[in-house]
Amino acid sequence: MIRTCLAAATATALLLAAVPASAATIFVSNEKDNTVTVIDSDTLETIKTVQTARRPRGIVLSPDFKELFVAAGDGDIIDVIDTKTLEVVRTLESGPDPELMAVDSKGDVIYIANEDDSLVTVMDIKSGDVLGEVPVGVEPEGMIVSPDDRYTAATSESTSMAHIIDNKSIKLVGNILVDSRPREAKFTKNGKELWVSSEIGGTISVIDTSDWDNPNNWKPVEKIGFEVAGLRPEQLQPVGMDFNEDHSKLFVPLGPANRVAVIDTKTKEVLNYILVGQRPWHGEFSPDYKKYYVANGLTNDLTVIDVDTLKAEKSVPVGRLPWGVAIMPGKAGE
Amino acid sequence: MRSIGLGFPPVLALGALLALSLAVTAIGIGAVSAETNAPPAAEAPAKADADGGAAPAGDKKTMRLYYLGKEYDEPLPLSYAEEVVTDKGIQGARLMLKEANQAGNFIGYAFEMDEGIVPKEGDVVAKAKEALAAGNRFIIANLEPDDLLAVADLPEAKDAVIMNIRSSATRLRQEECRANVFHVVPDFAMRADALGQYLIWKKWPKWYVLRRDTPEDKDYAAMIKRTAARYGGKVVEDQVYRLPPGARNLDSGHQQVQQQIPLETESAPDHDVVWVVNSDDDFGDYLMYRTSRPRPVVGTQGLQATAWDKSYTESGAMHFQNAIPRLANRKPVERDYTAWLAFRALSDSAMKSGETSPEAVKKYMLSDDFKLEAFKGQALSFRDWDHQMRQPVVLGGGTRVPVSTSPQEGFLHQTNLTDTLGFDKPETKCKF
Repeated sequence: MIRTCLAAATATALLLAAVPASAATIFVSNEKDNTVTVIDSDTLETIKTVQTARRPRGIVLSPDFKELFVAAGDGDIIDVIDTKTLEVVRTLESGPDPELMAVDSKGDVIYIANEDDSLVTVMDIKSGDVLGEVPVGVEPEGMIVSPDDRYTAATSESTSMAHIIDNKSIKLVGNILVDSRPREAKFTKNGKELWVSSEIGGTISVIDTSDWDNPNNWKPVEKIGFEVAGLRPEQLQPVGMDFNEDHSKLFVPLGPANRVAVIDTKTKEVLNYILVGQRPWHGEFSPDYKKYYVANGLTNDLTVIDVDTLKAEKSVPVGRLPWGVAIMPGKAGE
Repeated sequence: MRSIGLGFPPVLALGALLALSLAVTAIGIGAVSAETNAPPAAEAPAKADADGGAAPAGDKKTMRLYYLGKEYDEPLPLSYAEEVVTDKGIQGARLMLKEANQAGNFIGYAFEMDEGIVPKEGDVVAKAKEALAAGNRFIIANLEPDDLLAVADLPEAKDAVIMNIRSSATRLRQEECRANVFHVVPDFAMRADALGQYLIWKKWPKWYVLRRDTPEDKDYAAMIKRTAARYGGKVVEDQVYRLPPGARNLDSGHQQVQQQIPLETESAPDHDVVWVVNSDDDFGDYLMYRTSRPRPVVGTQGLQATAWDKSYTESGAMHFQNAIPRLANRKPVERDYTAWLAFRALSDSAMKSGETSPEAVKKYMLSDDFKLEAFKGQALSFRDWDHQMRQPVVLGGGTRVPVSTSPQEGFLHQTNLTDTLGFDKPETKCKF
């Protein structure tokens, strides 16, 4: 999920030299099975199913791809999976009900949304020490660190806000009201915009962040809505958001619409709606950005979308109630 | 021990509120003046979260809500093993008070709530007058229909916004609707339609209605007939159950009940389900597994149509399932949810519209902009023709996981699928 730093790019280059161009490993969290399914992107076969603590949802890789963090909400813990051995090698005491996480570009600090406690826990990844806790709105979920590591944005689903945390002082420095039930937040590559998906509001808010030093002045400047003939407006629920390589497009799984919307980030127009399985919430691009993989919660599968043709190519079975997707270059264990 | 440090202890808040209502008797609800930063209630949340990016206390817009209730006699659960809940509703309102301040604190709003719950023989209209005289205009009403109407019809309540969290009586949405009353709790028409759609989907169209004869039960039974006419169901018989309530103590009750229920149901015409209507909860649960023919039981017992159920976990619902026990030491019930929802509709409208006057809040609640998130997987809103909140209805109650949520697949509506539940615009008898 976090793949925007130089270190990662270098690691990618090194790994790519050793394996076929497209080889990658896909991780899918299965909320109801308490497992993570590990899939080889070449064969689309399951390599391993890793047991986790209860109710795994958010999953995110360290920038060096050595560790996979799995937020187990009902286990009140983050399981750390070694991507080489595919074993849970340690845990992070995340505090109650972790849902989503974000890691800074250096891989030093993890920001955790504690859904039940309305907190963001800031933790040192190596030691597991809590560096700070920031009270945010009710039911925090979406977490993202800005490209320059200066801020972390957290969305609170019940409070309908994007909260901006200053990563140095670990304090709230901005609160932006958006439409109902914000699920995910993403900064654009240039850091000029923060995009927030509102599941129940049915919109994506584009927040102008050009006054970078003063998050208090960040304001939503545009809203993107969705429309599909034959579907009721309330079915169009944007949840996950993933930018393609050059950030010219945004892929948005639309939950009960059973589609992934593709948005032109410049014109803010929806270019396409791709039919996938039922209730897709989160997806991820392959390391070469040629494929997009989306987890379908109600059909227990993963749809593979070809990014050039914008067509769904395949469906791969995973566990029950699949939730999050994370992808690393190379094969697990290598 | 981790602490949140948000919101403020209810006891402290209440004290502060009393001080506030004494100090500022004629507070202009619409005015959001600097006077609101004087009372400690407005300052407390800011202080508790001084480093939390809170808006400066002086800029806060304050909204005051009033929870009005009466300690009516409520039916005891049929089983001694089941907890008697005496604080239905208020706990949901208290939760939302905390959550609204948690949100408002970030963007410059403060919410306050006074509680006025009169005893069984108390005068709730007098209490309402007192609250209105103190400047309250946002009232969360845990009241039976006659009391609700008496309060709504007070001249001083004309510009108030009264949220009905309790009564499912259809007359409150129909002939006796009021312009200053909004209904967050589903009425009997919605409940009957929600169950009826499911039964039609199941191809179980023949319904044997077995009920008591209280005003609530008559109302619900009439709505079952309406549902049957709308969706192609059939009430094969409408039977009033006249036997006295079974013994609450099952030591002796077992035998009697086991023989009584088959007798009561064997003469009924051929039917697919028994639709029990027993608001007093004094026999309905005895029907399950005891009917003469093996038939499912739906209605006020068995499979129920409800705004909230103990089995409901979809769309973030676990937040509410977990939050109420932390506050109230028990599981949430439907009225906790409707009270939470009522408060939330008001506080959300204030924060999203930027206005805290009753006129502005009412206008916003009836606008297309009002899209309330409340764990139902879609935005909730109000019908402008009768002020009923449109919402998906959970079918659960007797099971560990919910059975379904209505509206059902295939029941279509030109504008809003949830308007297939209850009184749609063409059939409304409401005139504001």
